[in-house]
Amino acid sequence: MAEHHGHDHHPEPPSAVEARARALESLLIEKNLVTADAIDRIVEAYESDIGPLNGARVVARAWVDPEFKRRLLADGTAAIRELGISGLRGEHLVVVENRPGVHNVIVCTLCSCYPWAVLGLPPAWYKSAAYRSRMVINPREVLAEFGLHLDEGTRVEVWDSSAETRYMVLPERPPGTEHLSEEELAALVTRDAMVGVARVEVPART
Amino acid sequence: MSGRSQTPAARMEGAAALPRRNGELIFEAPWQSRIFGATVAMHEAGLFEWPEFQGHLIEEIAQQDTEDYYQRWLVAFERLLVERGLLDRDEIERRAGEYRRLERDLLD
Repeated sequence: MAEHHGHDHHPEPPSAVEARARALESLLIEKNLVTADAIDRIVEAYESDIGPLNGARVVARAWVDPEFKRRLLADGTAAIRELGISGLRGEHLVVVENRPGVHNVIVCTLCSCYPWAVLGLPPAWYKSAAYRSRMVINPREVLAEFGLHLDEGTRVEVWDSSAETRYMVLPERPPGTEHLSEEELAALVTRDAMVGVARVEVPART
Repeated sequence: MSGRSQTPAARMEGAAALPRRNGELIFEAPWQSRIFGATVAMHEAGLFEWPEFQGHLIEEIAQQDTEDYYQRWLVAFERLLVERGLLDRDEIERRAGEYRRLERDLLD
């Protein structure tokens, strides 16, 4: 199999960073510090399984179960464990609730701390210097750029994540969803809504 | 009713399409996902505590704020491996050079 690669298609030399990444990986595998299978499994899990789906389940449960919501807001880490969600790396999950007059949004000004366990991996813009610095200074303007226009009377609270504490936004349940099941509600909840840069919308009926 | 409730996995797949709907690629190049996976796998195997890596990453990002997030990640991870004595700086340089000059097959 190795003979097929490399010789047939005259590959371009890799970039310096790519060569370095490949060097680390191959050395780690040779020394049995990690296996290629373990890497595959984790990439697969983060790319497809974990995603923002866990967070959506948490939000939907909080919308239909006031007691769960109370526990979630009191102790996010313990409450998500009730739903079988683990994977926090020792950090604490704090869930902040949007309500009339208060809108929450999360950011990590230092790097890219993000609630992986519930939202998967952060999108590229979350890690950008522009988002990290501007969201703190002028959240209303940044939110408007995301298409989220808040009225004057709404207070914006910006939560700066850290290695110890990760935040997740509990968005408001959209009106007109009283007839939906918990699973149907979960399907409406987007990653952006749980970061706080969007509202949960109900798709227009056709 | 029972038929549907017994297949939560099927439903989960539908909702798992969320990242795509949000229009973001999580990784921009394969090496990014590989190095991410290696870091998490080694942490899960108990080779280092997460805050230790996180601390390095924060320092690297603070030092050189670029949009190349995974380049910073790579540097932080390499530093951790060398400090822990798991890999040697020279052997990394040597191996990277071999890949760079195509003396080693990237896809092996």
